[in-house]
Amino acid sequence: MSTQQEQQTEPEEPETQEAPADQEMSGLASPQQQRLQRKEAGRLERERAAAEDDLEEETVHLKVFRFDPEVEAKQEPRFDDFHVPFERGMTVLDALIFARDEFDSSLTFRHSCRQAICGSDAFFVNGRQRLGCKTQISELDQPVRVEPLPHQEVVKDLVVEMEHFYDQMHAVEPYMQQEDLPEGDLEEMRQSRENREKIKMSTRCIWCGACMSSCNIAAGDNQYLGPAAINKAYRFAMDDREDEEIKEHRLRIIEQEHGVWRCQTQFSCTEVCPKDIPLTEHIQELKREAVKKNLKFW
Amino acid sequence: MYEHDVIVVGGGGAGLRAAIAAHEAGADVAIVTKLHPVRSHTGAAEGGINAALREGDDWELHAYDTMKGSDYLGDAPAIETLAKDAPEDTITLEHWGMPFSREEDGTVSQRPFGGLSFPRTTYAGAETGHHLLHVLYEQVVKRGVQIYDEWFVMNLAVTDEPDPNDRTCHGVVAYDVQSGKIEGFKARNGVIITTGGPGQAFDHTTNAVSCTGDGQAMAYRAGVPLEDMEFVQFHPTTLPSTGVLISEGVRGEGGILYNEDGERFMFEHGYANNAGELASRDVVSRAELTEVNEGRGVEDEYVHLDMRHLGAERILDRLENILHLAEDFEGVDGLVEPMPVKPGQHYEMGGIETDENGKTCIDGLYAAGECACVSVHGANRLGGNALPELVVFGKRAGYHAAGRDLGEAEIETGYTAGVEEETDADLPVTPGEAGIDASEPSADVATDGSGQIVDADALLERAVEAERERVAHLMGRDDGVKHADIRAKLQQAMTQDVNVFREEEGLKRALRAIKECREMYQDVYVEDPSRTFNTDLQMTYETRNLIDVAETITLGALVRNEFRGAHWRLENQERDDENWLKHTLISWNAGKPSIWYRPVILEGEDKTYEPKIRSY
Repeated sequence: MSTQQEQQTEPEEPETQEAPADQEMSGLASPQQQRLQRKEAGRLERERAAAEDDLEEETVHLKVFRFDPEVEAKQEPRFDDFHVPFERGMTVLDALIFARDEFDSSLTFRHSCRQAICGSDAFFVNGRQRLGCKTQISELDQPVRVEPLPHQEVVKDLVVEMEHFYDQMHAVEPYMQQEDLPEGDLEEMRQSRENREKIKMSTRCIWCGACMSSCNIAAGDNQYLGPAAINKAYRFAMDDREDEEIKEHRLRIIEQEHGVWRCQTQFSCTEVCPKDIPLTEHIQELKREAVKKNLKFW
Repeated sequence: MYEHDVIVVGGGGAGLRAAIAAHEAGADVAIVTKLHPVRSHTGAAEGGINAALREGDDWELHAYDTMKGSDYLGDAPAIETLAKDAPEDTITLEHWGMPFSREEDGTVSQRPFGGLSFPRTTYAGAETGHHLLHVLYEQVVKRGVQIYDEWFVMNLAVTDEPDPNDRTCHGVVAYDVQSGKIEGFKARNGVIITTGGPGQAFDHTTNAVSCTGDGQAMAYRAGVPLEDMEFVQFHPTTLPSTGVLISEGVRGEGGILYNEDGERFMFEHGYANNAGELASRDVVSRAELTEVNEGRGVEDEYVHLDMRHLGAERILDRLENILHLAEDFEGVDGLVEPMPVKPGQHYEMGGIETDENGKTCIDGLYAAGECACVSVHGANRLGGNALPELVVFGKRAGYHAAGRDLGEAEIETGYTAGVEEETDADLPVTPGEAGIDASEPSADVATDGSGQIVDADALLERAVEAERERVAHLMGRDDGVKHADIRAKLQQAMTQDVNVFREEEGLKRALRAIKECREMYQDVYVEDPSRTFNTDLQMTYETRNLIDVAETITLGALVRNEFRGAHWRLENQERDDENWLKHTLISWNAGKPSIWYRPVILEGEDKTYEPKIRSY
């Protein structure tokens, strides 16, 4: 496909994603507690914005990345400006839909559920991977710059090629492999509440690709499984319902040369995950498991 | 041309389950979906999956609750099949690794839901659909089922005998969204439509933007009747600004509804003196709107749903996802404030008429999931019954299409003996027509001299050619009407006049507006000249589908002059069992709809369900 093109770089570099100060490895706060803290901060921020109230009459200035390999005028990547009337509660996705429906029908982006569960509208917004539907315009500096996910081949405008991401997800054999089922069709494989709690966060992945796009290692090593796929492996490796044998098989997949040892704990994946999955922590835990099993250290 | 034994159109819960079953039965099966499967709207289901798993519960109770909830418009053979198959099909999901919430002994948890006489809603937090979708996708990956993702199915390839019951479906025409390539997909055994609901016909809906009723519209135009389309479920707890769903699980766990005066109105105003907040969805939706209409709504728009008293620990354990949704989309912290909620379009209970095996009246054409109407939900769907529907009937359609013997179906399909004649309803405009077909191309193909296409390949080639011409026609125009404007007009008309409360004049107004949408569609054009990922083109196709489906909803609502389940009529405030214990069927007949009826089947395996007053 002739869609290969260089990611256009802006004069100023996007903010780099470094390890956050409050490392989640420390175990001081559970993901839920952190979530609640962030919620409180978000609420205060919104209240402040509402108090100023001067956004009400204004328009939002969007700068949206454009590229189409087939249309002559768009073969050279560029940014288009859109001025969209602001409404309270407006998200980046809402603004993009308005721009498309009212100004330019050819503006192209994936989106579907608009409630942060289908994972199709991850974009690079003001220098950070975010879900368009979940990002309030009022919390962003203007102009709001919307670009396709970095380190992914651009198909058109904000649409990126996801095949590589899916391939990596499939590479970890992402399905239950327990063969010994309980007697009787109506008997479940029992799972303790603790074990469910252990894997709960890992099961929330919506395959949006934000983590993969934010990862410097994945950017430089195309074979690296990446945080989403490793998290998927974690989901099964830590599920008690699978036998030890299968767990060992899983660990062998993820401790290969381009597996968990590539991770340099930069936390960028954890930072951008819209579902608050502690990805870096999961990767570290799998490293520890691999060491315990005396598997190879790359 | 691509060729498989079974082609599944749609990659959500029903489609994935159908594909797994067809694969198990030995078929070479492929999924063709306009999204990637994990992007499907099944992922947004929250509450849970009903199945009689525990002592004290049994399938007969589940069937009884469902029949009562349906306001006696469900067909007993379908409802009993659902209730009988659900336990095993739910445990199968567990065996595939689905992370259900758990009891202390490690068994799966169940909780109370509206209209259920036993807490039989099995759940995984408040994100059951997400887990169900991903588990099914994992199993499809495990089996190596071929998936054509981001391929938009444009039409079905169906023979053109005069009687739809004599027609055969040989495949579909689809285009690769990424490249714009239009191709035929031949199905040796059958096509299974699993494309979900048409929620985008309304402008305040819990449904994804992709829920545009494509499968329903395609089956309808191919000659399959759409059944009971007037029964649109409005969910009582959606966020006012976006339509994002707040699960019934909140009320199942003990959440309380208050009006602006702080009254617990479900009790204090007598809407449901026994079940209160856990009355059936239609009852709660009407109660909320009545509060608003009588001036007791908050900001004249919504009511409050309060779960604070449940405590942070229980909320975080069972409803954590709800906290995130309320925070992200409404800016409300459910731990410290009540959440604003109002009714929103949620589920289309009608759909493509099928029997218990998912089969339609057209040979080789099946449907399952929300797009189908095997008639388990009747006039009102109980919460927690959508997910068992899609696994039970998805599986059955997959098996049957792949040739497995499931026994003779009891439900008849198509315009056959035993149906009631067409309606002579007084319509304000002639529905359908409006010339949409005038611009439809017709390619020449080899026939056997009598006008019938001689073989499947030729039929498919003609269908592919027709879509290529249609696309060329849409993209060849330089000017015209934008699909977005037509869609907006349609959504406004439906929300204004075909909503929770309905009256004759409004329904007629909506029909006239739909007719105007059809006329506007005559001049629709695709501005984006690109073949690459042309969402402009795709949405133009989807908008046509929405017009057809919206019209069947409105027609059904206009002719059914009674009050049943989710269908409330100002002029007719009584359920009329004498005249209306029957399904509304609408067929596309030479460019316009014809309406006819079929009696409800109240006879189950061992007993006959007697219609009773539905009180909660």
